Amino acid sequence: MLRIACPWCGEREEIEFSYGGQAHIAYPKDPHALTDEQWAQFLFMRDNPKGVFLERWVHSQGCRRWFNMARHTVTHEISAVYKPGEPPPADAK
Amino acid sequence: MTNAQFNDRRIAGAGRIDRMRPLDFTFNGRRLQGYAGDTLASALLANGIHLVARSFKYHRPRGMLSAGNEEPNAIVQLEQGPHTEPNLRATEIELYAGLTASSVNCFPSVEFDFGAINSLAASILVAGFYNKTFKWPKSFWKKVYEPALRAAAGLGVAPDAPDPDIYDRMHWHCDVLVVGAGPAGLSAALQAGRQGVRTVLVEEAHELGGSLLSRPAEIEGATGADWAARIAAELDALPNVLVLRRTSVFGYYDHNYLMAVERRTDHIGPGRTAGVARKRLWHFRAKRVILATGAHERPIVFGNNDLPGIMLANAACTYATRYGVSLGKQGVAFVNNDQGFALALETHAAARNLPTIIDVRAEVSEVLAKRATEAGVRVLRGSVVAHAHGGKRVSSVDVRPVRGSGMVRIECDHVLVSGGVNPAVHLYSQATGTLKYDAKLACFLPDRCIQAVETAGALNGRFLLASALADGASAAQRTLSALGHPAPAQPTAAAEDELNLKPLWSVQALLGEKLPGKHFVDYQNDVTEPDILLASREGFRSVEHAKRYTTTGMATDQGKTSNVVGLAILAGSLGKSIPEVGTTTFRPPFTPVTFGALAGRDRGTLSDPVRTTPMHAWHVENGAVFEDVGQWKRPRYFPRPGEDMHAAVARETKALRTTAGIMDATTLGKIDIQGPDAAEFLNRVYTNAWTKLAVGSCRYGVMCKADGMVMDDGVTARLADDHFLMTTTTGNAARVLDWLEEWLQTEWPELKVYCTSVTEQWATAAVVGPNARRILESLAPDMDLSNAAFPFMTFREGVVAGLQARVFRISFNGELSYEINVPAWHGLALWEAVIEAGKPHGLAPYGTETMHVARAEKGYIIIGQETDGTVTPHDVGLEWAVSRQKDFIGKRSFSRTDTSRSNRTQLVGLLPQDKAFVAAEGSHLVASPARAAHDPVRGSPSIGHITSSYFSPNLESGFALALIANGRAMHGQTVHCVLGSSLKPMTIVDPVFIDKEGKRRDGTD
Repeated sequence: MLRIACPWCGEREEIEFSYGGQAHIAYPKDPHALTDEQWAQFLFMRDNPKGVFLERWVHSQGCRRWFNMARHTVTHEISAVYKPGEPPPADAK
Repeated sequence: MTNAQFNDRRIAGAGRIDRMRPLDFTFNGRRLQGYAGDTLASALLANGIHLVARSFKYHRPRGMLSAGNEEPNAIVQLEQGPHTEPNLRATEIELYAGLTASSVNCFPSVEFDFGAINSLAASILVAGFYNKTFKWPKSFWKKVYEPALRAAAGLGVAPDAPDPDIYDRMHWHCDVLVVGAGPAGLSAALQAGRQGVRTVLVEEAHELGGSLLSRPAEIEGATGADWAARIAAELDALPNVLVLRRTSVFGYYDHNYLMAVERRTDHIGPGRTAGVARKRLWHFRAKRVILATGAHERPIVFGNNDLPGIMLANAACTYATRYGVSLGKQGVAFVNNDQGFALALETHAAARNLPTIIDVRAEVSEVLAKRATEAGVRVLRGSVVAHAHGGKRVSSVDVRPVRGSGMVRIECDHVLVSGGVNPAVHLYSQATGTLKYDAKLACFLPDRCIQAVETAGALNGRFLLASALADGASAAQRTLSALGHPAPAQPTAAAEDELNLKPLWSVQALLGEKLPGKHFVDYQNDVTEPDILLASREGFRSVEHAKRYTTTGMATDQGKTSNVVGLAILAGSLGKSIPEVGTTTFRPPFTPVTFGALAGRDRGTLSDPVRTTPMHAWHVENGAVFEDVGQWKRPRYFPRPGEDMHAAVARETKALRTTAGIMDATTLGKIDIQGPDAAEFLNRVYTNAWTKLAVGSCRYGVMCKADGMVMDDGVTARLADDHFLMTTTTGNAARVLDWLEEWLQTEWPELKVYCTSVTEQWATAAVVGPNARRILESLAPDMDLSNAAFPFMTFREGVVAGLQARVFRISFNGELSYEINVPAWHGLALWEAVIEAGKPHGLAPYGTETMHVARAEKGYIIIGQETDGTVTPHDVGLEWAVSRQKDFIGKRSFSRTDTSRSNRTQLVGLLPQDKAFVAAEGSHLVASPARAAHDPVRGSPSIGHITSSYFSPNLESGFALALIANGRAMHGQTVHCVLGSSLKPMTIVDPVFIDKEGKRRDGTD
């Protein structure tokens, strides 16, 4: 079980959090300007790397705030935690 | 009192047992006696009992192989009745007065066992025999093979009564967690403890010291055991150190999260410690971990190497020195390394019964050779045990030279075996640590791990006492400096060859010929060397495949003594090196853990939180039958004396449509939405428009996910320009709140909106039916309830039954309906007042079942029943609630090819042609009866399924809602509901069954 540092509450157990999938997938500004294929790309297709993954989490049993996290999918090493809207820090290797 | 007939195998003066405290116990119905300080295994051996179990497959006689957690053979069932526990290792059970244990895998007794006949059928019980044998005929699968296999499988029986014991749980954070209190672990814990960091030392035995308790040693002028006791006392006295005894760490998870189970009363016996938790589950989160888990000695594979009396050298030494038990009159040792050799000499020093050591090595160090000579022990160098003889106990061994010919038979009643040492890398491996093979030590050692962990002692291949102590101190020093506590540097002992081992896995392979007897690799699963060779010949070349095919290492001991031997034999047969073949994955738990310990206090009513409404006490008092909706308890129906559900629901449904009904709607999710952008926000998340909704009005809304599928629905009221109250379905309340927060926080942070759950702040009573207005009039005289003043889909604030209330005129059943909301603490008062006021008007309380029937009669959907994540608003006839003007979440998806095709499944009503027929929800529907009669699936494809189905007393008929491909164009047609092998004809109709004009909702003024 991971130990996750919520940017607002500090370190907490993983059971307090919910997972939100890949980060930095912005909702298209005008979905109707997209082709079916582009829209399907947004809806369904996500990366699945073996390595560092930028992903969204929400502290659902705590402050209920969303944030982003860089996690290594093999080692579970968390190299960065940052707020929504912020770019991934340089050390999110 | 000590009884002379017992304990006749004790060595005078030896052992760490208390001879002043004899303990009576029973094994397989036989009354015996041991001493305080014994394990069940040592007490049995002290009474001359070696045969304690039958093996799993061949039912061969088995005795103790080990003296610790790696034991594969001595599996017993402890105690009887509700306290009984199967699958326990006799080598780990501390003896207590009155203990009762019995053997497993045998009928009628361990001495005479019918299943031993399996040995005669051994030629068909080879590797993969399950897959090869139980294939034909197909009709035998369920009726013959499965019951027979189930009866034969398993190690003991589970208790059949509720567990009378209590269990608890502890969460613990520390700087350093040391696992294992042998020499290295004690040394490490002492360093850490003295530096003042929060330290935990976990030891599975009741006494700290590990091998110091069973082998002669001298440290700092004291015996090993006395030194261990001194260190234990110092650690116990340190306020920053927690020492846990009788505690097994069984799992090492991510981010240094470890779990352990502490056995708190098992050494006292069942039923003697009322109010004390039997076991405690520890959850550790450690900044750094030091693993000092020691090592397991491994056997050598030779003919009949499983006979009782044949055991690992360190086990024999432990029984002799720690428990003062002599294993017999005359023993031999069979070794391939210095440690095994030394253990044999140490055993002989205590028991004086081991005249011969058979060593496969041509050369033995001078020091050891001299010790042997001085002890009067003969050493047969360059020799092996080829084959053991005996029935229920070993009686002799055939010894052969490695080179040349000749054979000597040596009479013996016990055999010590040491084929090398396997460091207990299990936890390290669970922590995702990688292993490296050390060719010299012939074992896998810890290599690299991404977690904050150090390893020490025998786990690192430091098998000698001095180097284990130094290694522990050095691991502690590295740990402390990583924590920012500079500690005095510890001398790192130079790695040396501590075993002088000559690898020997199988005597057959070494001699290059077939030897008599069975050659066991995995004792617990009865896997032999030929099984592994067969698997290899049949193409199971990956160690993971060979493991599963032969079941090596898959028993409850997880192959602690067999895995490395098995993969070495596999490697040999493939002509590969051991590191090329590699190990299988080590997974938790390291040792079996009972469900009771895992469940802890989370049993019965505490297994999941129960949510009840403020009116719950009234429902209970009035005989409600409850159903679980999420964590909520909701009344399902209110039966009167003599009524079953069918009768109660018929009466409640009638009341609701002819007089009045009242339902507790408190559980509906309620979200308070405030802020200047609240209306814009709703516009984006709901499919319909919200900006123009007047204050004081309500609107039904549908929410979709971005893929256009219906996610939730509910009525939202506008309390003020910038203030809305949203309702959600009961089960989706938390999910919807999360959904709203997600969009506000991650996509639309510019919107000024706050969402707050107020589900539990408000209690809601829905008053429904033609008489609803008259009932409310008597409770709210100041409120103008006329249709003109208080129309459908509006709400009013006012006083109801003397309570400040919000009243919503919304309906989930087509009747005139008022949902009265009051602050939760007034919920019961409101409810009782309405019940009282309703008496003259035929008001009946009703539950969720009637709610379902009534809403289905009107064709109203329920999220999760008519929808399943693949249903669009259009599919369920809600296109009227989908805006064509504005954009909203999911809109783009409605024009995708799949969502816009015309033959999607659509919501319809169904009426059975036989009115008494009530279809099962989830039933499939087919178009044609002819082709489908006997094979609906292949004969005629499913064109849809039934989503809701009830009997309606108002229609006097069964009825259903269904999703049918292109169903809206099929009204009037017949479809067939598949019911087992028969078909029931039903007619497709409009999903609104009653009051299609919607006249009833306004009642009569």
